[in-house]
Amino acid sequence: MAFIELSAVTVLFPIYDAARGSLKSTLFGSRAGSGTGGTVVAERGGRAVTGIRALDQIDLRLEHGDRLALIGHNGAGKSTLLRVLAGIYEPGTGSVQIDGKPVPMFNITLGMDMDSTGYENIVLRGLYLGLTRREIDAKVEEIADFSGLGSFLGLPMRTYSTGMRMRLAFSVCTSIRPDILLVDEGLGTGDAAFIQKAQARITRFSEEASILVLAAHNPSLLRQLCNKALMLEHGRITKTGTVDEVLDHYHGR
Amino acid sequence: MKTEQHWLVAQFRQGFNAENRSRATRDLRDGFGHIELWAVLGLHDIRQRYRRSKIGPFWITLSMGIFIGALGLVYGKLFGRALDAYLTYLAAGFLVWSFMSTTILDGARVFLRSGGMIKQLTAPLSVYVLRMVWENLIIFFHNIWIFVGLAIWFGIGFSWVTLLAVPGLLLLLVNGLWVGLLLGLLSARFRDIPLMLQSSMQLIFFLTPIIWEPGMLPGRPLLLSGNPFYHFLELVRAPLLGQLPSLENLLVALAVTLIGWAVSFVFFVVYRWRIPYWV
Repeated sequence: MAFIELSAVTVLFPIYDAARGSLKSTLFGSRAGSGTGGTVVAERGGRAVTGIRALDQIDLRLEHGDRLALIGHNGAGKSTLLRVLAGIYEPGTGSVQIDGKPVPMFNITLGMDMDSTGYENIVLRGLYLGLTRREIDAKVEEIADFSGLGSFLGLPMRTYSTGMRMRLAFSVCTSIRPDILLVDEGLGTGDAAFIQKAQARITRFSEEASILVLAAHNPSLLRQLCNKALMLEHGRITKTGTVDEVLDHYHGR
Repeated sequence: MKTEQHWLVAQFRQGFNAENRSRATRDLRDGFGHIELWAVLGLHDIRQRYRRSKIGPFWITLSMGIFIGALGLVYGKLFGRALDAYLTYLAAGFLVWSFMSTTILDGARVFLRSGGMIKQLTAPLSVYVLRMVWENLIIFFHNIWIFVGLAIWFGIGFSWVTLLAVPGLLLLLVNGLWVGLLLGLLSARFRDIPLMLQSSMQLIFFLTPIIWEPGMLPGRPLLLSGNPFYHFLELVRAPLLGQLPSLENLLVALAVTLIGWAVSFVFFVVYRWRIPYWV
């Protein structure tokens, strides 16, 4: 049974290349006015390192069966939180405990290559997803079948339309059975006919994961897949509850 | 300045804790475990570069061959060396040198160029270093044909001594890993390092006996003994030319390996977690 626990997690992005003086003057005071972004800081042991606090004192506990929707403006910290949950960003302070294998799915075409054939891309994408060659070989036929790309799979991907590329990526990505599934901005699919086919697959795919965390702006997708939600603002959790409660709160502002 | 130092020492003291040590060790070990990922990606990178070209990666061989041919004719004449001995010497030396220098230059960019992947994959960071060393090994095996061709042409015999080049090459690979870890990490934070290395490697090329021979430079032992590149070079080049590397070569190379790994490991333990933030 997978589980994740974050306590007092704070993530600070250092900024090294911005001119200090101008940065201070632009960013101090801007925090109250802007609706987006993390908190800008200028501190650390007397050294004037400026940074952005993308997550601030996050406490979160996820267990088997949790399907969490992350809701918030651009720059509220959703993607950063997903990366912490994946174990990619280890926070500067606070502790993270991850039990289970997280599979981040932030960009479904990650690792795919225009000059490689469809079949080669199934292998590449599969390796990026953490599969072994043997596991990929066992799935190739099913993936090829579901994508409906037929003889195109033997051709380089640059000959595909955008929709066809998405179909292939989607078919590979949803062929796995992740413990902890972390999705950013939904899963792109393709044309209407494929979306219908894909719907069932998305539902099954996300139901099979022990834990799902989904950051998206599409309310119907969030309602369909998630059973709880939290809202982030400037890197802080400002509301938790059911998807509807949090969405109402979010849109109420 | 004093407080600056203090702050850095504190960071190392704090960062080199048991938890970070076990995470760094796990990263390195799991990196090897991801062999399918880095082996395929390394091969893919090379194929990618030469896709749709007629002779593909053998362009690497060809361009190296032309370089050695041209350089060999000019400098062989300048130094008054017999063409066969000089060309094989140059080919063997340049083969090893290009492995070392590209490993260092690619090593500095190892995390920078994979920034997108690092932020989207849960794979251990050592995977990117392994991929880089593997890529350079593949290129090495394309370049080696120049030397093999010349050696056959000029009738240089292969003997048991030749086989000593294999452990020499293995030692180069082991060093390539720490170089990638350390330089990759430092360059991710300080972006001047890859640029600085680029110009220094050119200089080191001329200071290392690749075009010239150690015997041409009498009375300057420090320039040879103090140059670690020379010792590593000899460990592979000497056996290829049918000679034994000296004990000094071996000892210096082993010392560099140990110290290099120790330093890299400390840096990797302390700063590994920051790499995704830096790239």
